[in-house]
Amino acid sequence: MATQHSRAAARLMISPAVGVLLIWMIVPLAMTLWFSFQQYNLLYPDRTGFAGWDNYRYFVTDFRFGAAIRNTLVLVLGVLAITTIGGILLALLLDQPFRGQGIVRLLVLAPFFVMPTVSALVWKNMFMNPVNGFFGHIAQAFGAQAGFDFLGQAPLMSVIIMVAWQWLPFATLILLTALQSLDREQIEAAEMDGAGAWSRFVYIVLPHMTRAITVVILIQTIFLLSVYAEILVTTNGGPGTASLNLPFLVYLASIVDNDVGMGAAGGVIAIILANIVAFFLMRAIGKNLET
Amino acid sequence: MGKITLRNVQKRFGEVAVIPEIDLDIDEGEFVVFVGPSGCGKSTLLRLIAGLEDVSGGVIQIDGVDATTLPPAKRGLAMVFQSYALYPHMSVRRNIAFPLKMAGLPPDEIARKVDAAAKVLNLSAYIDRRPGQLSGGQRQRVAIGRAIVREPKAFLFDEPLSNLDAALRVNMRLEISELHQTLKTTMVYVTHDQVEAMTMADKIVVLNAGRVEQVGSPLELYRTPRNVFVAGFIGSPKMNLIEGAAAAAEGAATIGIRPEHLDISSNAGTWAGTVGISEHLGSDTFLHVHSDHGTLNVRAGGEVGLRHGDRVWLTPQADKLHRFDAKGARII
Ligand SMILES: Nc1ncnc2c1ncn2[C@@H]1O[C@H](COP(=O)(O)OP(=O)(O)OP(=O)(O)O)[C@@H](O)[C@H]1O
Ligand SMILES: [Mg+2]
Repeated sequence: MATQHSRAAARLMISPAVGVLLIWMIVPLAMTLWFSFQQYNLLYPDRTGFAGWDNYRYFVTDFRFGAAIRNTLVLVLGVLAITTIGGILLALLLDQPFRGQGIVRLLVLAPFFVMPTVSALVWKNMFMNPVNGFFGHIAQAFGAQAGFDFLGQAPLMSVIIMVAWQWLPFATLILLTALQSLDREQIEAAEMDGAGAWSRFVYIVLPHMTRAITVVILIQTIFLLSVYAEILVTTNGGPGTASLNLPFLVYLASIVDNDVGMGAAGGVIAIILANIVAFFLMRAIGKNLET
Repeated sequence: MGKITLRNVQKRFGEVAVIPEIDLDIDEGEFVVFVGPSGCGKSTLLRLIAGLEDVSGGVIQIDGVDATTLPPAKRGLAMVFQSYALYPHMSVRRNIAFPLKMAGLPPDEIARKVDAAAKVLNLSAYIDRRPGQLSGGQRQRVAIGRAIVREPKAFLFDEPLSNLDAALRVNMRLEISELHQTLKTTMVYVTHDQVEAMTMADKIVVLNAGRVEQVGSPLELYRTPRNVFVAGFIGSPKMNLIEGAAAAAEGAATIGIRPEHLDISSNAGTWAGTVGISEHLGSDTFLHVHSDHGTLNVRAGGEVGLRHGDRVWLTPQADKLHRFDAKGARII
């Protein structure tokens, strides 16, 4: 393949891009780390200087911290469950031959192109509003005073639904592609071997899709750990701490409470947690990506 | 066990009648080969028998029982696909065990049968590998193993050797023939390679555009092809087919003579010509002779002393001459 010479040339050619990316990543990370060890509160501009581990201590002992961690996990796992299971079912459905297949596939993809803020607002005002929302209207049609107050009574569940709606098309698309790459003859062979529809799904289709499912879970986890816009425009983390996740707590600390140092500490903690999750994810399912 | 009967079987894909109408009897324990040019409907016919395609009309009976609407699993047939269709995420053992597991056999019985099949097919050394770590011939054997553990009424093969190299193909051909000798189970084998057809078959079914052109033993087809199509298809190298004056002299529209039934001489004979390309195979020499009746293929001995451009005369052996009428049918 490549000679020594061409390899050296290749390294030289990509070095500017690598350099830019490195700076792009390193500078904000370094600044966050720096701020997390500084006293930096916009309300007390005179208090400056090295803060030691104080920012971290304040963040971890904040009364909202426990809820934030719990909610982050519930949000990520909930959305993952809905999107992978729903995505598999939708992919199986879309893989069947039917009229208007192209249009339907395009429509299924549509939610992915809607901005998170917009979709969250649409859900909040047009669907989940107990009086004016779609579900509210249905409830009223059955004689109720007002519909279920989704954002008030089940705030975290509501956010999970919104985010899952957004990510379902992504999962469906990837899983559908995997499904379509399945060799027809394998299915026919299984049919001849006496496997019923369920056995074919469990023994042939699902193993064929594990790699795609792994990809869906890995990519989604990375994005779901940082869900923020949907919470900001709907529940604002409330009521109380009911729908507060880690990124939102960082926002509250640094912007609402004006404590940049503590926010930066929260950011660093979030990075560490994300890496721990990524490590275990990679270990647990990353082996599916090999071979 | 293993008698398959097709009556008026038809298959259409939309408007296209891929199989207009076929009657066929496959007897118990027979090795039947479907041959025909590409796209003539061999695979379709096999898939109809397997139950992977629904017939558009007609009846399929297996062991005297109407199986026309039975799902594939209920027909008791096993199929070996051209692409092998092994389950890539399962080991060889689990691949072979799969049909038994689906049949709900107890694990110890499954293990016993899988081990026995692996031994017969020389797969024991690879039993824990995945299909991706096997060679083409080994994969082929796994596919056959998966078929034999079920002890089916009949085996269906769809061009099982076409992905293998020439040497391996000869080997596997022998192995499959041997398997047929031991198991004595009906086998239906699709190929477009007429050497495979001639060497393996008890009975050859020559198909052309979804129609049966002739059914018979390899030698029957070789000696008495029923029409021009079969005459041209069976035999290698191909039979020489001559039209025009030479045919009219025999009272036919077309006459056919196999390369091995033409006597070649450098001083006298029926048809004159000049030697073109000659292919020396050691044991035989195939000469392309340019004559007034077109280029004729002649099979001569390995030591023939003729060279490009030599003037020669050809004489067909009278009792080996095939005569066909204007419609292509054999004149008896
Ligand atoms: N699902 C299908 N829909 C429409 N036409 C089909 C379908 N399957 C096969 N055909 C057509 O039926 C004809 C016979 O196909 P078939 O696969 O049986 O040929 P074959 O004899 O096996 O050829 P080969 O030697 O190339 O494998 C072909 O003309 C093919 O285009
Ligand atoms: Mg075919």
